[in-house]
Amino acid sequence: MKSENFLLKFFLVAYLVVFFGYLLGPLLVMSVTAFNSPSFPKLTPWECLTFEWFDVLAQDERIITGLKNSLIVGFGTVILSVVMGLAGALMLTQIWPKMRATYYTIVIAPILIPGVVLGISTLVFWDRVSVMLGFGSGSFFQNGIFLTILGQSTFIASYCMLVFVARLQRFDTGLTEAALDLGASNAQAFRKILLPFMKPAIASAAVLAFLASFENYNTTTFTFGKFPTLTIELAQKVRYGIDPSISALAFIIICLTVIGALAHEVYRRRQQLALNNGAPLSAVTGSFQLPKFLRGNPAAIVLVLISLGGFTTIWFSQVYSPKECILDVREQKRILQDLRIQDIKRKRLEQQKATQGTQSTAPANSSTLPQSPNKGAFGGVFAPDNLNKETGKKAVPQSPGKGAFGGVFAPGNLDKTGPQDKKSD
Amino acid sequence: MSKGVGVDLEDVCIRFGDFVAVREANVSIKGGEFFSFLGPSGCGKTTILRAVSGFLEPSEGRVMIGGKDMAGFGPNKRPTALIFQNLALFPLMKVWENITFSLEVQGVGKAARRKRADELLEMIALTGQGDKLPSELSGGQKQRVAIARALCAEPDVLLLDEPLSALDLKLRQHMRTELREIQKRVGITFIYITHDQGEALTMSDNVAVMRAGIVDQISDGHSIYNDPATPFVASFVGENNVFRGKVKSINGDHAVIDTNRSGDLVARIATSAKGSLNIGDPAMMFLRPEACKIATDTSAAQNRLTAKVLHEEFEGQIYNVFLEGAQGKEIKMSLVNVGQERQSKHSNELTLEYNPDQAVILPAGELASE
Repeated sequence: MKSENFLLKFFLVAYLVVFFGYLLGPLLVMSVTAFNSPSFPKLTPWECLTFEWFDVLAQDERIITGLKNSLIVGFGTVILSVVMGLAGALMLTQIWPKMRATYYTIVIAPILIPGVVLGISTLVFWDRVSVMLGFGSGSFFQNGIFLTILGQSTFIASYCMLVFVARLQRFDTGLTEAALDLGASNAQAFRKILLPFMKPAIASAAVLAFLASFENYNTTTFTFGKFPTLTIELAQKVRYGIDPSISALAFIIICLTVIGALAHEVYRRRQQLALNNGAPLSAVTGSFQLPKFLRGNPAAIVLVLISLGGFTTIWFSQVYSPKECILDVREQKRILQDLRIQDIKRKRLEQQKATQGTQSTAPANSSTLPQSPNKGAFGGVFAPDNLNKETGKKAVPQSPGKGAFGGVFAPGNLDKTGPQDKKSD
Repeated sequence: MSKGVGVDLEDVCIRFGDFVAVREANVSIKGGEFFSFLGPSGCGKTTILRAVSGFLEPSEGRVMIGGKDMAGFGPNKRPTALIFQNLALFPLMKVWENITFSLEVQGVGKAARRKRADELLEMIALTGQGDKLPSELSGGQKQRVAIARALCAEPDVLLLDEPLSALDLKLRQHMRTELREIQKRVGITFIYITHDQGEALTMSDNVAVMRAGIVDQISDGHSIYNDPATPFVASFVGENNVFRGKVKSINGDHAVIDTNRSGDLVARIATSAKGSLNIGDPAMMFLRPEACKIATDTSAAQNRLTAKVLHEEFEGQIYNVFLEGAQGKEIKMSLVNVGQERQSKHSNELTLEYNPDQAVILPAGELASE
């Protein structure tokens, strides 16, 4: 019984490790590569701690403009989607019950339609509109920002609507009636009763819309025109090869997400703590207060630690310079290479000695064979004697006919410091 | 605060598709009156209330408030305030903001609103609780806040839709008195909707009893209880033992009906049935449990019944004795607890007796379903 329990626990832990590894592993690896010095994002070998990729990122014009465009598009999409989503959700509660299912299907359809289709249709539709209204090319209707916002909003508004519908289901329409009964106009009842009730849903819908817009690629790829967003820029960049500045960007985004999530959790836990301690609800919903909430609030502690860590890192990056380390690594690499080459040389030497020892009667190739100019495309590099630099050097004349590669593949050429080495040998 | 504005419903019909919720209601409510609509759930009383407050337009007929036809006036244009069944306090607003919402929508400044809120909070004995949220108040306190919120709008007519139904018994009884006192103090017309006859009878000047969209009787509580106009009213308001039969003889105010099982019984003819009741008509006699007494004289008479005790319930101030009359006829009798010997011995044969003036005879008709 006990061992069974232990097994179960073991598998549970193993499962959790695998699960979280699968979820978070790529993010972790990506984040770490942002601080490694090689110019291709690599985790191993770890060379030097560097912050240079953040510099590279900050100086990358295309990424920065892409980010700017993404923010503009995101902002526009949030406004348009939240408004349309709220309108759609309210409509759902007002429409005749018989129509409700049909209406719901229609407004939810954009979520099910592939983003590519939405992108193309947005492009085509507004182009037609532009032509019908008699505008030339480059009109407002063909502006990339305008099209991207509209294209993304077509389906993001549906997501927002789902959020609003969920909240509206808990709304007591009696409250609106009560407001009307007390003399409020319809607009006042909406503004003073329904809107405050919807506020949390509006906030979450806005976050959702922004994130969906920020990461959207397949709709945007048809509509961006002259205003590529960050995702478009990244995709284009990857085509020409990436460097760790993308990791740096990913790291920044991950950090912002984690800090945002923690801050939200802190706020939530603080409220709960206060409620558990018997504070009145009206006192809890007030503004943010710092000192007391740390007590018994793990999320707050983690947030504070992370912020401290962040500040320390920024300070450290100002002070720390990886140049020395990078030079060091370069030097080490060079030495390593040298060692390897010498190793190879030594082996060959030994090999040759061994062959010469056993075939002493055989004529020495190098001295007897005439170095004819037509010995082939590879300039005789494959001749066994050529492998031995010392003998090769003496025997092989630098004839013009030794081949297309001009002898670059001759093993002796690999070693730049060859002549000195030979002397020392 | 304009006092004493009357409300008149003239031939009001309200239909939802094929369903008739209210049928030709003619109700006249005098200004400054505490008027109740009493009926089982689904009888159309809330529909009437919504028609008065303006959330519904009657399909036919007119709703008049203070002699003015209210057709075309929305709820925010009528001099009425409604207290909802679930109170509908605004959960995100503080108590004082809730109370003064009607002033806020009129654009009254914050300081003035706060002052008015404090006055009203004092009136409802919640001084100093203005900065709480409604969810922090108890049921009774919420109730009072809802009343203060409605009164803050200075309505001519206050409409209450079963506002006490969510409260526990003690609080309900307390709020009854309190509501009545508030009504007397402010002097405006109260229209009260309830399915609880106790509430209707204790608080109201007049009560309208409704059955399936029809107003059966409008009268003061005393008459509703003692002189019901229809079998429905008789069986819905209070408890009654029903004896079915045929009218055997009529003698002035009294009649004798021939019940199959319990023999001939005599009772007073209800005011509404006077003159219309003929010999041979199917009729019903209603005998209140508290009108039954244990007879000392056991000889047969037209106001006596014999029955066996089945069981007994003790409620505190009264005993309910359940009896079985001739051929299994169930009879309930209530005895005031004055420390007498209890009747709970099973199969104890008793002779019951009643004062014929305390029982009523009505033409046979629909009863309230239990």
